[in-house]
Amino acid sequence: MKRALRAVPAVWSVLAALVVSVGLLALAGAPPFEALVLVLDGAVGDGGRMADTLMSWVPLTLASAGLVVTFVAGLWNIGVEGQVIAGAIGATWAARTIPGDGLVVIPAALAVGVVAGAVWALAAGVLKTRGGVNEIFGGLGLGFVAQSVATYLIIGPWKRAGIASTSGTEPFREEVWLPTVGGTRLSPVAVLLAVAVIFLVWALLRGTRFGLRLKAVGANPASARLLGVPTEATVLRAFALGGGLAGLAGAVLATGIQHKLVPAIAGGRGFLAILVVLLAAYRIVWVAPIALFFAILSVGSAQLQLRLDLDSSIGGVLQGILVLFVILIGGWQALYRRGEP
Amino acid sequence: MLELRGITKRFGSVVANDGIDLDVPPGSLHAVLGENGAGKSTLMKILSGFLSPDAGRIRLDGREVPTGSPRAALQAGIGMLHQDPLVCLPFTALDNFVLGRRGRIDRAAARREFGELCARLDFDIDPDVRARALSVGERQQLEIVRLLSLGVKVLILDEPTSGISSEQRTKLFAALRTLAADGLIVLFVSHKLEEVEELCDRVTVIRSGKVVGERTLPCPADELVELMFGEVVVSSERPVVEIGSPALRVGGLAAGGGRQRIADVSMEVRAGEVVGLAGLEGSGQRTLLRVLAGLEPVRSGTVEIAGRRVDGSSYEHFVAAGVHYLPAGRLEEGLVPGLTIAEHLTLAARLPEWVVDWEAARIRAEEAIEHFRIKGGPDTPADALSGGNQQRLLLAMMPKDLRVLLMEHPTRGLDIESADYVWSRLLARRESGTAIVFSSADLDELVGYADRVVVFFSGRVLADLAAAELTADRLGTLIGGKVAS
Amino acid sequence: MEATIASIVAAAAPLVFAAVGETITEKAGVVNLSLDGSIALSAMASFAVAFLTGSVVLGFAVGAILSALVAMLVAFSGIRLRLNQVAVGFVLTLLLAALAQFLGNPFVRQPGPSVRPMSVPLLSEIPFVGRILFAQNISVYASLVLIVVVAWVFRRTRVGLELAAVGERPEAAHARGISVSRYRFGAAAVGGALVGIAGAAFSLDVKLGWSDTQVAGFGWIALAIVIFGGWRPVWVALGCYLFGALQVLALKLQPVFPGVAQILPSLPFPLMIFTLVVVNSDRLQRLGERFPFLGRLLMSDAPAALGTNFEV
Repeated sequence: MKRALRAVPAVWSVLAALVVSVGLLALAGAPPFEALVLVLDGAVGDGGRMADTLMSWVPLTLASAGLVVTFVAGLWNIGVEGQVIAGAIGATWAARTIPGDGLVVIPAALAVGVVAGAVWALAAGVLKTRGGVNEIFGGLGLGFVAQSVATYLIIGPWKRAGIASTSGTEPFREEVWLPTVGGTRLSPVAVLLAVAVIFLVWALLRGTRFGLRLKAVGANPASARLLGVPTEATVLRAFALGGGLAGLAGAVLATGIQHKLVPAIAGGRGFLAILVVLLAAYRIVWVAPIALFFAILSVGSAQLQLRLDLDSSIGGVLQGILVLFVILIGGWQALYRRGEP
Repeated sequence: MLELRGITKRFGSVVANDGIDLDVPPGSLHAVLGENGAGKSTLMKILSGFLSPDAGRIRLDGREVPTGSPRAALQAGIGMLHQDPLVCLPFTALDNFVLGRRGRIDRAAARREFGELCARLDFDIDPDVRARALSVGERQQLEIVRLLSLGVKVLILDEPTSGISSEQRTKLFAALRTLAADGLIVLFVSHKLEEVEELCDRVTVIRSGKVVGERTLPCPADELVELMFGEVVVSSERPVVEIGSPALRVGGLAAGGGRQRIADVSMEVRAGEVVGLAGLEGSGQRTLLRVLAGLEPVRSGTVEIAGRRVDGSSYEHFVAAGVHYLPAGRLEEGLVPGLTIAEHLTLAARLPEWVVDWEAARIRAEEAIEHFRIKGGPDTPADALSGGNQQRLLLAMMPKDLRVLLMEHPTRGLDIESADYVWSRLLARRESGTAIVFSSADLDELVGYADRVVVFFSGRVLADLAAAELTADRLGTLIGGKVAS
Repeated sequence: MEATIASIVAAAAPLVFAAVGETITEKAGVVNLSLDGSIALSAMASFAVAFLTGSVVLGFAVGAILSALVAMLVAFSGIRLRLNQVAVGFVLTLLLAALAQFLGNPFVRQPGPSVRPMSVPLLSEIPFVGRILFAQNISVYASLVLIVVVAWVFRRTRVGLELAAVGERPEAAHARGISVSRYRFGAAAVGGALVGIAGAAFSLDVKLGWSDTQVAGFGWIALAIVIFGGWRPVWVALGCYLFGALQVLALKLQPVFPGVAQILPSLPFPLMIFTLVVVNSDRLQRLGERFPFLGRLLMSDAPAALGTNFEV
């Protein structure tokens, strides 16, 4: 019963999101139900599309898993978008400069991506613990800095021979692409990574002293300090871990999907991950299905563009409305629980 | 004439004000006296419109004052000077002075009025200086002047003397006398006997939310003390425990800043000894406890645990030296909302393992729950426990071997059964040689459990009394800042 | 030279509306993080309305109303629902940007009506200044008037003083009989309306037409500039012009240093972080106290109650 009550905001929100999107589709002159079927078809209709959906799921899941770590520690790591970009930049650097075959370069690129993301997040962390700069604004600012660094690299030092354009760097040599299967874009390595990360974060939060400390610092830093938790170190570790996973997402984007660095490499996936985590109420077990749902919406709504000439952003609208309603209805319920009108 | 009739206010199950009646004629310097938590502040917040009473009425000069709105109270002529003066720090004094007035701002006229009022009360505030740069005393003066310019007939002052210098206090009192002579009603809220006697001509004493007496001043101090604290029953039975070597020694300690400042504190606590820290809230007990716990830095002086200097070391060092601190705010400073009993005990155990053995943790939790009679299970979150059970959990989280146990208001807010239980566990600790230092606002608790009571006043030690010398009267007067002759 | 400065003043006008609007909102203690999406939605809606009705004025009005409603929603979720304003604002940012893109699809890159240039007679003849300030259009004039008016309101009027008090120390305002939530709702509505006007000014004046990529990012820039300007309207406006100048500079540098040119427009973000570090640094604070001029220049604290929900 209690569980059912807790699920009520989710049910209402899904309904509201459906109603609004049907209304929007009708407003745009599209047959709503056909459109929704098209979205599903576009995301899971055949093997290739399923592969695309899964490959869209991987970076979103990685970034979301990292965000769970920071959110549990009470940190609003809005800089995640920048950490994804930093990871992609790191991976690109490795892919471009480290010699050798895929067996050497791919792990190296992923590792450098993790480190780059972690460093970028740590910058926001140090700004917070030492500089007193709120992580929301620090992270946001650093995110845009990362974005312009990427653009600078693409146009400047890493420009394609002869042309300086924002269309991206030279594609990596094919042996450093994440290997795919079945003639699709599906990379089993990437999917395995995402699954492993979900499991690792779950285990970390559930079964380790560090996970316990994260929760303690997130819920009450003063008490945590008294209980012997080194608060500053824990905060910084949370940033490093969260940023590292976001960096991994960026590295997968670069080596597994784009195969080069493009200015929009993150493409709002970091921001979208924040929505995933808000909807999951910071619980890691919910991240995987919600991220999958979001990936289906994102990939599937691209079909709308092709088939019905509708803008693919309907996916984003659906995602946003869902999260907004969950938050608002949650607030409303809390108000009633406190016994206020 | 200010008339209060049957003012009642409940917070949950706690009755903060219980049918309070009060009559104050114009031109009075009227004190409202009571210990911390007696309900004075609640009453004044109701009077000034910050809180709505559950029942009761307020009349001023025969006219009903609407409750629950500061604006209505101000319009009716009731103004309050808050303990921490409510001024906007980046604003200039003049801007604070005009803030809240209706109509167009005429800074030139306001400046004149400000100057005149200041001159009349012998205040000296530069209207163009930012409030951030003013001392607390000056911010109070600014607020008084502002309230007067709004034409208040009743001026409430909530503990106005904590945190201001003695010159400023003299100035404040002189100003208040001037205002009362002009027919203003001054309501002076305090728990400091001495000041009440110095300033006021009549006093209403509140205890546990009720008016317990009204006296015209001067009146014998012990009479007021008895009204404030009630009869204190000193328990005679005191288990004899061998007092050992010094566990804690403090020499010439200075720490904290502002209102929380302590200076020149020296004391010694021996193994097995129980020392109570008495004093008004904010007289320095909290700062001392936090410094001794290693949570706040020492400015000067020494702290020794079992003969070894620890001042200047980290909190972890203090913990390693065998110090443990139980803060007053159980859920704010001691426990982590959302974490379960098992998780708390796991954190507190400070185990070196990376991976938590939840099986062992559950067993540990179940043992603790049984041992400390906590009403809850291993998976009960700390914030779902009652106050008494939260304190039991905090007790359960104490390390086994302790040299020094520091506690702030160990039984505040607990029912009698829980309080007795907590003390039985604590006193058991001293048999193994733990020295106990605790602060309390409860005279019964201090007299009943401490071997020695150290009285703080304004950040300094006013007296250090052995249990044998303790009487409630003596303690009460000392707490009010009066050294008995 | 005048032409360049004039083009900066013109190009920065929408940003001035947005940043000064957000300054008003934040001064009252409400943080409206939805700016980026809000601007996009208003830019789209304003253009669509102007396109369909032919009325630029109606376009501006619809944009202002939409963004005001969005800001009111953020304020409502904080004041009444006690939710985290940042969370709600952030979700709205993403949602509204997507919504604008979806609904604006039919209008992308359509030619449509726009604000017409309108030189002020006589004044525009003044050498140098005339060309910069008085040979523009009404949207630009409005942005200039806005700066002056808002600065005046904060410095001179009761409303400005009370608004700042509400954002600085709501309990002090409450004790003085000032309604905290009324001011906060009001500041959100006015600030939001200005954000909407910013969106309209983008699509009906500066960028001419609707496309989602044209306005993306300006909301975040505006948020950064509010901090960089230390919540002071004139400084915030100067920040907007600095950004405009950086954009022009980037354009000029494009052929020579294409890489550097890409980075320049994101300079407000490091500047914002720098400002926050300065504001929070004890050492620099002490320096500011010692040298009051330097202090006034560097130091301007955030409204103390920014983003917090006041409870009586």
